Amino acid sequence: MELRIDNLACARGGVTVLEGISFGLSPGQAMVLRGPNGVGKTTLLRTVSGLQPGVAGGVSLPPESLAYAGHADGVKATLTVAENLNFWAAVHGLRDIGPALLAMNLTALRDRRAGNLSAGQRRRLGLARLMVTGRPVWLLDEPTVSLDAGSVALFATMLRGHLAGGGAALIATHIDLGLHEAQVLDLTPFIARSTPEGAFDEAFA
Amino acid sequence: MRALFLRDLTLAVRAGGGFGLGLAFFLLVAVLVPLGVGPDAATLGRIAPGVLWVGALLACLLSLDRLFALDFEDGSLDLLATAPLPLEGVVMAKALAHWVVTGLPLVLAAPVLGVVLNLAPGGYLWLVVSLLVGTPALSVIGAFGAALTVGLKRGGLLMSLLVLPMYVPTLIFGAEVVRRGAGGLDFGGALVFLGAITLGALALLPFAAAAAIRVNLR
Repeated sequence: MELRIDNLACARGGVTVLEGISFGLSPGQAMVLRGPNGVGKTTLLRTVSGLQPGVAGGVSLPPESLAYAGHADGVKATLTVAENLNFWAAVHGLRDIGPALLAMNLTALRDRRAGNLSAGQRRRLGLARLMVTGRPVWLLDEPTVSLDAGSVALFATMLRGHLAGGGAALIATHIDLGLHEAQVLDLTPFIARSTPEGAFDEAFA
Repeated sequence: MRALFLRDLTLAVRAGGGFGLGLAFFLLVAVLVPLGVGPDAATLGRIAPGVLWVGALLACLLSLDRLFALDFEDGSLDLLATAPLPLEGVVMAKALAHWVVTGLPLVLAAPVLGVVLNLAPGGYLWLVVSLLVGTPALSVIGAFGAALTVGLKRGGLLMSLLVLPMYVPTLIFGAEVVRRGAGGLDFGGALVFLGAITLGALALLPFAAAAAIRVNLR
């Protein structure tokens, strides 16, 4: 289980935004992506997750080892907290949602409809989903949006537990999670300068 | 796949609007047409197969634009695309759920509405059979159309335009089965074609729909 990114370039809307990114992530390691708005953090995460193809270079990791958590939580408003989690657990072939509820302090809310949750509670539900995927590599895009300080600490604890269990995480975030062991990768030096050949075609792809 | 199918059924029942929307529309069409055409029983009986099939087809279309759009908006589609479930399976599960929620109620309600439209007695059995065979194709073809337009705001209009031509063969052969069945003619050929379209759509379109979703998620 190792995530290896080799000379990766990725594009958004047909324009290459980042290029020449190489790094590796071993079990137990976390990496924090930094950079100003629009630098391409989300694009990089979506490329690594396989949701969009890279322009050049490659991502190598064992199949079925990624869990992606984007800006949207994938929470259905008309299902309860437990039903939402049970669904994602079933999709990933797991049964027990207890630890995930406990980790994000959702046990008391388990029978509440997700539509009645506050934004922070929704986010906690979205993050608890990561635990029921059973996947080792977490790709997190601004995971702490709308979380209060207590919930951020809760999330950091969950993340540490994941890392201690041999997991890895790639996190795009602006705030300090208190993960001192995490490596930091500033994306600013990787902003694409040249317009690669074929960019014209790419716009029509 | 089973989990996704069950979740979609639960969502359809809970959301209120999804379940029964198509059925209500079908009911309206079948009740309003006799009022518009007039009480001449012979005329009604002649147009009944066509009206019932057109009504079923439009009722199916009504709920299709939400098939993937809701999952796209709340991020579920991204997560499903990275889940162990193949996207083709996602399409199949969602199309099946759509059929159970929309197509199956139409099949069950059609004989009652056949009475309203004065359908010939011989036609009832074949109305149910033809809808049972034909409506799965409507759901799968519609899923393909919904997949093509998933990222678009207000994609419903474009989806209708894309999907309607693909619905035409099902409509022609479906209504033909009922017409011939009602008239006591041989309908074997039309029924076979109807079944072939459904099987072909079931076999091919989930792959096309999954490819369309992958492109739209980029």
